Amino acid sequence: MKEILALLGKEITLEWRNKYAFNGMILYLISTVFICFLSFKIKVDALNPIVWNTLFWIIILFTAINAIAKSFSQEGQNRHAYYYTLASPEAIIVSKLIYNFLLMLFLAFVGLGIYVAFLDNPIQDLGMYILSVSLGALGFAGTLTLVSGIASKADNTSSLMALMSFPIIIPMLLMLMRLSKNAMDGLAFSVSRDEIFTLIGLDGIVIALSFILFPFLWRS
Amino acid sequence: MNLKNSWWKILGALLVIYVAIAGLTGEVPRQPILNETIRNVYFHVPMWFSMMVLMTISMVRSIQYLRSGNIVRDQQALSFAHTAFALGIIGFLTGAIWGKFTWGSAFPVDPKLIAVEVGLLIYAAYFIMRGSFEDEQKKARLAAVYNIFAFAAFMPLVWILPRITDSLHPGNGGNPAFGKYDMDSQMRMVFYPAVVGWILVGIWIASLRARILNLEYKKTEI
Repeated sequence: MKEILALLGKEITLEWRNKYAFNGMILYLISTVFICFLSFKIKVDALNPIVWNTLFWIIILFTAINAIAKSFSQEGQNRHAYYYTLASPEAIIVSKLIYNFLLMLFLAFVGLGIYVAFLDNPIQDLGMYILSVSLGALGFAGTLTLVSGIASKADNTSSLMALMSFPIIIPMLLMLMRLSKNAMDGLAFSVSRDEIFTLIGLDGIVIALSFILFPFLWRS
Repeated sequence: MNLKNSWWKILGALLVIYVAIAGLTGEVPRQPILNETIRNVYFHVPMWFSMMVLMTISMVRSIQYLRSGNIVRDQQALSFAHTAFALGIIGFLTGAIWGKFTWGSAFPVDPKLIAVEVGLLIYAAYFIMRGSFEDEQKKARLAAVYNIFAFAAFMPLVWILPRITDSLHPGNGGNPAFGKYDMDSQMRMVFYPAVVGWILVGIWIASLRARILNLEYKKTEI
Protein backbone atom coordinates (compact mmCIF):
# COMPACT_ATOMS: atom_id res chain seq x y z
CA MET A 1 0.00 0.00 0.00
CA LYS A 2 2.81 2.35 0.98
CA GLU A 3 4.60 1.35 -2.21
CA ILE A 4 1.58 2.29 -4.30
CA LEU A 5 1.22 5.67 -2.59
CA ALA A 6 4.91 6.42 -3.05
CA LEU A 7 4.74 5.52 -6.74
CA LEU A 8 1.56 7.54 -7.17
CA GLY A 9 3.28 10.51 -5.52
CA LYS A 10 6.20 10.06 -7.90
CA GLU A 11 3.88 10.11 -10.93
CA ILE A 12 2.17 13.30 -9.78
CA THR A 13 5.46 15.04 -8.96
CA LEU A 14 6.84 14.03 -12.34
CA GLU A 15 3.79 15.46 -14.06
CA TRP A 16 4.03 18.63 -12.02
CA ARG A 17 7.67 19.16 -12.98
CA ASN A 18 6.90 18.48 -16.61
CA LYS A 19 4.14 21.02 -16.89
CA TYR A 20 4.56 21.52 -20.60
CA ALA A 21 3.26 18.00 -21.32
CA PHE A 22 0.21 18.58 -19.17
CA ASN A 23 -0.48 22.01 -20.62
CA GLY A 24 0.00 20.48 -24.02
CA MET A 25 -2.87 18.09 -23.40
CA ILE A 26 -5.15 20.91 -22.27
CA LEU A 27 -4.22 22.90 -25.36
CA TYR A 28 -4.86 19.81 -27.50
CA LEU A 29 -8.38 19.63 -26.04
CA ILE A 30 -9.04 23.33 -26.56
CA SER A 31 -7.82 23.34 -30.16
CA THR A 32 -9.82 20.24 -31.07
CA VAL A 33 -13.00 21.67 -29.60
CA PHE A 34 -12.29 24.96 -31.35
CA ILE A 35 -11.88 23.20 -34.71
CA CYS A 36 -15.23 21.48 -34.13
CA PHE A 37 -16.73 24.83 -33.23
CA LEU A 38 -15.40 26.37 -36.43
CA SER A 39 -16.60 23.52 -38.61
CA PHE A 40 -20.05 23.00 -37.10
CA LYS A 41 -21.20 26.27 -35.65
CA ILE A 42 -19.74 29.26 -37.39
CA LYS A 43 -22.04 29.57 -40.38
CA VAL A 44 -24.89 27.16 -39.95
CA ASP A 45 -25.82 25.35 -36.79
CA ALA A 46 -25.43 21.81 -38.09
CA LEU A 47 -24.87 20.05 -34.78
CA ASN A 48 -27.69 17.74 -33.80
CA PRO A 49 -27.61 15.91 -30.43
CA ILE A 50 -26.30 12.62 -31.81
CA VAL A 51 -23.39 14.32 -33.56
CA TRP A 52 -22.75 16.41 -30.46
CA ASN A 53 -22.43 13.31 -28.32
CA THR A 54 -20.35 11.31 -30.79
CA LEU A 55 -17.98 14.21 -31.38
CA PHE A 56 -17.45 14.61 -27.64
CA TRP A 57 -16.51 10.98 -27.17
CA ILE A 58 -14.20 10.98 -30.16
CA ILE A 59 -12.39 14.03 -28.80
CA ILE A 60 -12.06 12.36 -25.38
CA LEU A 61 -10.84 9.13 -26.98
CA PHE A 62 -8.08 10.86 -28.93
CA THR A 63 -7.08 12.93 -25.92
CA ALA A 64 -6.96 9.77 -23.81
CA ILE A 65 -4.74 7.96 -26.30
CA ASN A 66 -2.37 10.92 -26.50
CA ALA A 67 -2.31 11.43 -22.75
CA ILE A 68 -1.84 7.81 -21.73
CA ALA A 69 0.58 6.89 -24.54
CA LYS A 70 3.37 8.59 -22.66
CA SER A 71 2.69 6.92 -19.32
CA PHE A 72 5.44 4.36 -19.95
CA SER A 73 7.48 5.85 -22.76
CA GLN A 74 8.12 9.12 -20.92
CA GLU A 75 10.67 7.52 -18.62
CA GLY A 76 13.55 5.73 -20.26
CA GLN A 77 14.31 2.02 -20.26
CA ASN A 78 17.05 2.52 -17.68
CA ARG A 79 14.66 4.16 -15.26
CA HIS A 80 12.32 1.19 -15.69
CA ALA A 81 15.13 -1.20 -14.89
CA TYR A 82 15.69 0.80 -11.72
CA TYR A 83 12.02 0.59 -10.69
CA TYR A 84 12.15 -3.11 -11.47
CA THR A 85 14.66 -3.59 -8.68
CA LEU A 86 12.70 -1.44 -6.24
CA ALA A 87 9.00 -2.16 -6.59
CA SER A 88 6.68 -5.08 -7.32
CA PRO A 89 4.95 -5.01 -10.72
CA GLU A 90 1.53 -5.08 -9.02
CA ALA A 91 2.30 -1.86 -7.14
CA ILE A 92 3.51 -0.22 -10.35
CA ILE A 93 0.44 -1.11 -12.41
CA VAL A 94 -1.96 -0.11 -9.62
CA SER A 95 -0.24 3.24 -9.20
CA LYS A 96 -0.23 3.83 -12.97
CA LEU A 97 -3.90 2.88 -13.19
CA ILE A 98 -4.90 5.22 -10.36
CA TYR A 99 -2.79 8.01 -11.77
CA ASN A 100 -4.14 7.59 -15.30
CA PHE A 101 -7.67 7.42 -13.95
CA LEU A 102 -7.21 10.73 -12.13
CA LEU A 103 -5.61 12.27 -15.19
CA MET A 104 -8.41 11.07 -17.47
CA LEU A 105 -11.05 12.23 -15.01
CA PHE A 106 -9.49 15.68 -14.96
CA LEU A 107 -9.05 15.88 -18.74
CA ALA A 108 -12.55 14.55 -19.43
CA PHE A 109 -14.22 17.10 -17.17
CA VAL A 110 -12.09 19.98 -18.43
CA GLY A 111 -12.95 18.76 -21.94
CA LEU A 112 -16.64 18.63 -21.11
CA GLY A 113 -16.49 22.16 -19.73
CA ILE A 114 -14.76 23.58 -22.80
CA TYR A 115 -17.02 21.61 -25.09
CA VAL A 116 -20.19 22.87 -23.40
CA ALA A 117 -18.85 26.42 -23.42
CA PHE A 118 -18.23 26.37 -27.16
CA LEU A 119 -20.92 24.08 -28.51
CA ASP A 120 -23.97 24.63 -26.28
CA ASN A 121 -25.29 22.30 -23.67
CA PRO A 122 -28.08 19.93 -24.78
CA ILE A 123 -27.64 17.67 -21.70
CA GLN A 124 -30.83 17.22 -19.74
CA ASP A 125 -29.65 14.88 -16.99
CA LEU A 126 -26.28 16.27 -15.98
CA GLY A 127 -25.76 13.81 -13.10
CA MET A 128 -26.11 10.82 -15.39
CA TYR A 129 -23.82 12.39 -18.00
CA ILE A 130 -21.18 12.97 -15.32
CA LEU A 131 -21.53 9.33 -14.29
CA SER A 132 -21.00 8.19 -17.86
CA VAL A 133 -17.95 10.45 -18.25
CA SER A 134 -16.49 9.03 -15.02
CA LEU A 135 -17.10 5.45 -16.12
CA GLY A 136 -15.52 6.34 -19.45
CA ALA A 137 -12.45 7.80 -17.76
CA LEU A 138 -12.09 4.64 -15.67
CA GLY A 139 -12.48 2.36 -18.68
CA PHE A 140 -10.12 4.34 -20.91
CA ALA A 141 -7.49 4.44 -18.18
CA GLY A 142 -7.85 0.69 -17.59
CA THR A 143 -7.62 -0.29 -21.25
CA LEU A 144 -5.00 2.17 -22.41
CA THR A 145 -2.54 1.77 -19.55
CA LEU A 146 -1.74 -1.83 -20.44
CA VAL A 147 -1.69 -1.08 -24.17
CA SER A 148 0.72 1.81 -23.62
CA GLY A 149 2.89 -0.57 -21.62
CA ILE A 150 3.05 -2.89 -24.64
CA ALA A 151 3.52 -0.07 -27.13
CA SER A 152 6.34 1.53 -25.12
CA LYS A 153 8.53 -1.51 -25.81
CA ALA A 154 8.44 -0.85 -29.55
CA ASP A 155 10.10 1.89 -31.56
CA ASN A 156 7.00 3.40 -33.17
CA THR A 157 5.16 3.88 -29.89
CA SER A 158 2.52 6.41 -30.87
CA SER A 159 1.22 4.77 -34.04
CA LEU A 160 1.25 1.33 -32.43
CA MET A 161 -0.66 2.72 -29.47
CA ALA A 162 -3.50 4.03 -31.64
CA LEU A 163 -3.52 0.90 -33.77
CA MET A 164 -3.77 -1.49 -30.83
CA SER A 165 -6.20 0.46 -28.70
CA PHE A 166 -8.89 1.42 -31.22
CA PRO A 167 -10.33 -2.03 -31.86
CA ILE A 168 -10.35 -3.12 -28.23
CA ILE A 169 -11.95 0.09 -27.01
CA ILE A 170 -14.88 -0.08 -29.46
CA PRO A 171 -17.25 -2.11 -27.22
CA MET A 172 -16.72 0.32 -24.37
CA LEU A 173 -17.10 3.34 -26.61
CA LEU A 174 -20.40 2.08 -28.07
CA MET A 175 -21.77 1.52 -24.58
CA LEU A 176 -20.59 4.93 -23.37
CA MET A 177 -22.18 6.72 -26.30
CA ARG A 178 -25.42 4.95 -25.63
CA LEU A 179 -25.43 5.73 -21.93
CA SER A 180 -24.53 9.37 -22.47
CA LYS A 181 -27.18 9.69 -25.18
CA ASN A 182 -29.74 8.46 -22.65
CA ALA A 183 -28.44 11.05 -20.21
CA MET A 184 -28.72 13.79 -22.85
CA ASP A 185 -32.33 12.88 -23.47
CA GLY A 186 -33.03 12.85 -19.75
CA LEU A 187 -34.34 9.29 -19.73
CA ALA A 188 -35.08 7.63 -16.39
CA PHE A 189 -32.41 5.71 -14.51
CA SER A 190 -34.16 2.38 -15.07
CA VAL A 191 -33.66 2.73 -18.85
CA SER A 192 -29.90 3.09 -18.50
CA ARG A 193 -29.40 0.57 -15.71
CA ASP A 194 -28.35 -2.13 -18.16
CA GLU A 195 -25.73 0.08 -19.77
CA ILE A 196 -24.32 1.17 -16.41
CA PHE A 197 -23.88 -2.39 -15.22
CA THR A 198 -22.38 -3.46 -18.53
CA LEU A 199 -19.89 -0.60 -18.34
CA ILE A 200 -18.97 -1.40 -14.75
CA GLY A 201 -18.47 -5.01 -15.84
CA LEU A 202 -16.27 -3.98 -18.78
CA ASP A 203 -14.20 -1.66 -16.58
CA GLY A 204 -13.80 -4.48 -14.07
CA ILE A 205 -12.64 -6.92 -16.75
CA VAL A 206 -10.00 -4.63 -18.26
CA ILE A 207 -8.65 -3.53 -14.89
CA ALA A 208 -8.47 -7.08 -13.52
CA LEU A 209 -6.71 -8.24 -16.71
CA SER A 210 -4.23 -5.35 -16.61
CA PHE A 211 -3.40 -6.36 -13.06
CA ILE A 212 -2.91 -10.02 -14.00
CA LEU A 213 -1.04 -9.49 -17.27
CA PHE A 214 1.23 -6.59 -16.34
CA PRO A 215 3.83 -8.67 -14.45
CA PHE A 216 4.54 -10.59 -17.70
CA LEU A 217 5.02 -7.37 -19.59
CA TRP A 218 7.21 -5.89 -16.90
CA ARG A 219 9.65 -8.76 -17.01
CA SER A 220 10.94 -7.89 -20.47
CA MET B 1 1.15 -41.99 -40.15
CA ASN B 2 -0.38 -43.16 -36.95
CA LEU B 3 -4.13 -43.68 -36.97
CA LYS B 4 -4.35 -42.90 -33.26
CA ASN B 5 -3.12 -39.32 -33.75
CA SER B 6 -4.51 -38.58 -37.17
CA TRP B 7 -8.06 -39.98 -37.01
CA TRP B 8 -9.48 -36.48 -36.54
CA LYS B 9 -7.73 -35.19 -39.64
CA ILE B 10 -9.21 -38.00 -41.72
CA LEU B 11 -12.62 -37.40 -40.13
CA GLY B 12 -12.41 -33.67 -40.85
CA ALA B 13 -11.39 -34.19 -44.47
CA LEU B 14 -14.13 -36.77 -45.04
CA LEU B 15 -16.76 -34.52 -43.46
CA VAL B 16 -15.77 -31.54 -45.59
CA ILE B 17 -15.85 -33.66 -48.77
CA TYR B 18 -19.23 -35.06 -47.72
CA VAL B 19 -20.54 -31.55 -47.06
CA ALA B 20 -19.29 -30.24 -50.40
CA ILE B 21 -21.11 -33.03 -52.26
CA ALA B 22 -24.26 -33.32 -50.16
CA GLY B 23 -24.48 -29.56 -49.68
CA LEU B 24 -24.50 -28.81 -53.39
CA THR B 25 -26.57 -31.75 -54.61
CA GLY B 26 -28.88 -32.64 -51.71
CA GLU B 27 -32.52 -31.71 -51.37
CA VAL B 28 -33.25 -28.40 -49.66
CA PRO B 29 -36.61 -26.94 -48.65
CA ARG B 30 -38.01 -24.28 -50.99
CA GLN B 31 -38.13 -21.04 -49.03
CA PRO B 32 -39.34 -17.69 -50.30
CA ILE B 33 -36.51 -15.17 -50.92
CA LEU B 34 -33.86 -17.66 -49.80
CA ASN B 35 -34.51 -20.17 -52.60
CA GLU B 36 -31.36 -22.11 -53.42
CA THR B 37 -29.11 -19.71 -51.49
CA ILE B 38 -30.11 -21.60 -48.37
CA ARG B 39 -27.28 -23.97 -49.26
CA ASN B 40 -24.90 -21.23 -48.15
CA VAL B 41 -25.80 -22.14 -44.58
CA TYR B 42 -23.50 -25.16 -44.95
CA PHE B 43 -20.53 -22.98 -45.90
CA HIS B 44 -21.13 -19.58 -44.32
CA VAL B 45 -22.19 -20.50 -40.79
CA PRO B 46 -19.48 -23.14 -40.09
CA MET B 47 -16.84 -20.48 -40.87
CA TRP B 48 -17.96 -18.52 -37.81
CA PHE B 49 -18.03 -21.56 -35.55
CA SER B 50 -14.61 -22.54 -36.73
CA MET B 51 -13.28 -18.99 -36.39
CA MET B 52 -14.50 -18.65 -32.81
CA VAL B 53 -13.04 -22.03 -31.83
CA LEU B 54 -9.66 -21.15 -33.38
CA MET B 55 -9.61 -17.72 -31.68
CA THR B 56 -10.28 -19.37 -28.35
CA ILE B 57 -7.50 -21.91 -28.94
CA SER B 58 -5.15 -19.07 -29.88
CA MET B 59 -5.95 -17.31 -26.62
CA VAL B 60 -5.42 -20.50 -24.61
CA ARG B 61 -2.06 -21.03 -26.34
CA SER B 62 -1.06 -17.49 -25.38
CA ILE B 63 -1.89 -18.21 -21.73
CA GLN B 64 0.14 -21.41 -21.94
CA TYR B 65 3.04 -19.46 -23.43
CA LEU B 66 3.02 -16.97 -20.57
CA ARG B 67 2.98 -19.80 -18.04
CA SER B 68 5.68 -21.91 -19.65
CA GLY B 69 7.81 -19.58 -21.80
CA ASN B 70 7.90 -22.25 -24.49
CA ILE B 71 8.24 -20.52 -27.88
CA VAL B 72 6.29 -23.32 -29.63
CA ARG B 73 3.16 -22.22 -27.80
CA ASP B 74 3.55 -18.71 -29.17
CA GLN B 75 3.98 -20.02 -32.71
CA GLN B 76 0.76 -21.99 -32.24
CA ALA B 77 -1.05 -18.92 -30.94
CA LEU B 78 0.05 -16.98 -34.02
CA SER B 79 -0.90 -19.66 -36.52
CA PHE B 80 -4.30 -20.25 -34.92
CA ALA B 81 -4.93 -16.50 -35.09
CA HIS B 82 -3.81 -16.48 -38.75
CA THR B 83 -6.17 -19.29 -39.65
CA ALA B 84 -9.04 -17.73 -37.71
CA PHE B 85 -8.43 -14.49 -39.59
CA ALA B 86 -8.55 -16.25 -42.94
CA LEU B 87 -11.75 -18.09 -42.00
CA GLY B 88 -13.22 -14.78 -40.83
CA ILE B 89 -12.56 -13.22 -44.23
CA ILE B 90 -14.08 -16.20 -46.04
CA GLY B 91 -17.11 -16.03 -43.75
CA PHE B 92 -17.38 -12.31 -44.42
CA LEU B 93 -17.29 -12.82 -48.19
CA THR B 94 -19.76 -15.71 -48.26
CA GLY B 95 -22.03 -13.63 -46.03
CA ALA B 96 -21.73 -10.61 -48.34
CA ILE B 97 -22.70 -12.67 -51.38
CA TRP B 98 -25.61 -14.19 -49.51
CA GLY B 99 -26.75 -10.84 -48.16
CA LYS B 100 -26.63 -9.33 -51.64
CA PHE B 101 -29.21 -11.83 -52.87
CA THR B 102 -31.50 -12.08 -49.85
CA TRP B 103 -31.34 -8.72 -48.04
CA GLY B 104 -30.48 -6.64 -51.06
CA SER B 105 -27.29 -5.29 -49.51
CA ALA B 106 -23.92 -6.93 -49.10
CA PHE B 107 -23.03 -4.93 -45.98
CA PRO B 108 -26.15 -3.98 -44.01
CA VAL B 109 -25.88 -2.45 -40.53
CA ASP B 110 -26.01 -5.58 -38.45
CA PRO B 111 -24.51 -6.44 -35.03
CA LYS B 112 -22.94 -9.63 -36.34
CA LEU B 113 -21.19 -7.77 -39.12
CA ILE B 114 -19.93 -5.14 -36.68
CA ALA B 115 -18.69 -7.87 -34.36
CA VAL B 116 -16.70 -9.60 -37.07
CA GLU B 117 -15.32 -6.32 -38.40
CA VAL B 118 -14.06 -5.47 -34.91
CA GLY B 119 -12.69 -8.98 -34.53
CA LEU B 120 -10.78 -8.77 -37.81
CA LEU B 121 -9.43 -5.33 -36.81
CA ILE B 122 -8.20 -6.70 -33.49
CA TYR B 123 -6.36 -9.59 -35.11
CA ALA B 124 -4.93 -7.33 -37.82
CA ALA B 125 -3.57 -5.11 -35.03
CA TYR B 126 -2.16 -8.24 -33.37
CA PHE B 127 -0.26 -9.21 -36.54
CA ILE B 128 1.08 -5.70 -37.05
CA MET B 129 2.19 -5.29 -33.44
CA ARG B 130 4.09 -8.57 -33.71
CA GLY B 131 5.94 -7.18 -36.70
CA SER B 132 7.28 -4.22 -34.76
CA PHE B 133 9.44 -6.20 -32.33
CA GLU B 134 12.79 -7.74 -33.15
CA ASP B 135 13.63 -9.94 -30.21
CA GLU B 136 11.78 -13.28 -30.38
CA GLN B 137 11.09 -13.80 -26.68
CA LYS B 138 10.06 -10.20 -26.12
CA LYS B 139 7.81 -10.26 -29.18
CA ALA B 140 6.21 -13.50 -28.04
CA ARG B 141 5.55 -12.25 -24.52
CA LEU B 142 4.07 -8.90 -25.54
CA ALA B 143 1.99 -10.51 -28.29
CA ALA B 144 0.62 -13.04 -25.81
CA VAL B 145 -0.33 -10.27 -23.40
CA TYR B 146 -2.10 -8.37 -26.16
CA ASN B 147 -3.82 -11.49 -27.48
CA ILE B 148 -5.35 -12.33 -24.10
CA PHE B 149 -6.32 -8.73 -23.40
CA ALA B 150 -7.88 -8.25 -26.84
CA PHE B 151 -9.82 -11.51 -26.65
CA ALA B 152 -11.28 -10.53 -23.29
CA ALA B 153 -12.21 -7.08 -24.57
CA PHE B 154 -13.73 -8.55 -27.72
CA MET B 155 -15.96 -11.20 -26.15
CA PRO B 156 -18.34 -8.80 -24.33
CA LEU B 157 -19.10 -7.29 -27.72
CA VAL B 158 -21.26 -10.29 -28.47
CA TRP B 159 -23.68 -9.41 -25.70
CA ILE B 160 -23.34 -5.64 -26.07
CA LEU B 161 -24.12 -5.31 -29.76
CA PRO B 162 -27.66 -6.71 -29.86
CA ARG B 163 -28.62 -3.72 -27.66
CA ILE B 164 -27.19 -1.25 -30.14
CA THR B 165 -29.04 -2.32 -33.26
CA ASP B 166 -31.45 -4.94 -34.51
CA SER B 167 -30.16 -7.88 -36.45
CA LEU B 168 -31.20 -9.29 -39.80
CA HIS B 169 -29.69 -12.63 -38.95
CA PRO B 170 -32.01 -15.48 -38.08
CA GLY B 171 -32.33 -16.09 -34.37
CA ASN B 172 -31.73 -12.41 -33.48
CA GLY B 173 -33.88 -9.33 -33.10
CA GLY B 174 -37.19 -11.16 -33.37
CA ASN B 175 -36.26 -13.22 -36.42
CA PRO B 176 -36.81 -16.93 -35.98
CA ALA B 177 -33.71 -19.09 -35.89
CA PHE B 178 -32.94 -21.42 -38.75
CA GLY B 179 -33.38 -24.43 -36.53
CA LYS B 180 -37.00 -23.64 -35.84
CA TYR B 181 -38.59 -23.42 -39.25
CA ASP B 182 -36.26 -23.48 -42.18
CA MET B 183 -33.96 -26.34 -41.50
CA ASP B 184 -35.54 -29.73 -41.91
CA SER B 185 -33.91 -32.91 -40.68
CA GLN B 186 -32.28 -33.50 -44.05
CA MET B 187 -30.48 -30.15 -43.88
CA ARG B 188 -29.37 -30.83 -40.34
CA MET B 189 -27.74 -34.03 -41.57
CA VAL B 190 -25.42 -31.80 -43.61
CA PHE B 191 -25.20 -28.77 -41.34
CA TYR B 192 -23.87 -30.39 -38.16
CA PRO B 193 -21.21 -32.42 -40.00
CA ALA B 194 -20.24 -29.19 -41.80
CA VAL B 195 -19.65 -27.41 -38.48
CA VAL B 196 -17.58 -30.26 -37.05
CA GLY B 197 -15.72 -30.78 -40.32
CA TRP B 198 -14.71 -27.15 -40.72
CA ILE B 199 -13.58 -26.89 -37.09
CA LEU B 200 -11.39 -29.98 -37.50
CA VAL B 201 -9.95 -28.82 -40.81
CA GLY B 202 -9.31 -25.36 -39.33
CA ILE B 203 -7.37 -26.88 -36.45
CA TRP B 204 -5.46 -29.05 -38.92
CA ILE B 205 -4.46 -26.09 -41.10
CA ALA B 206 -3.44 -24.09 -38.05
CA SER B 207 -1.30 -26.88 -36.62
CA LEU B 208 0.42 -27.38 -39.99
CA ARG B 209 1.18 -23.65 -40.06
CA ALA B 210 2.54 -23.83 -36.54
CA ARG B 211 4.89 -26.66 -37.57
CA ILE B 212 6.12 -24.67 -40.58
CA LEU B 213 6.73 -21.64 -38.35
CA ASN B 214 8.64 -23.82 -35.93
CA LEU B 215 10.85 -25.23 -38.73
CA GLU B 216 11.56 -21.73 -40.03
CA TYR B 217 12.40 -20.58 -36.53
CA LYS B 218 14.83 -23.46 -36.08
CA LYS B 219 16.44 -22.68 -39.44
CA THR B 220 17.13 -19.06 -38.53
CA GLU B 221 18.36 -20.06 -35.11
CA ILE B 222 21.21 -22.17 -36.51
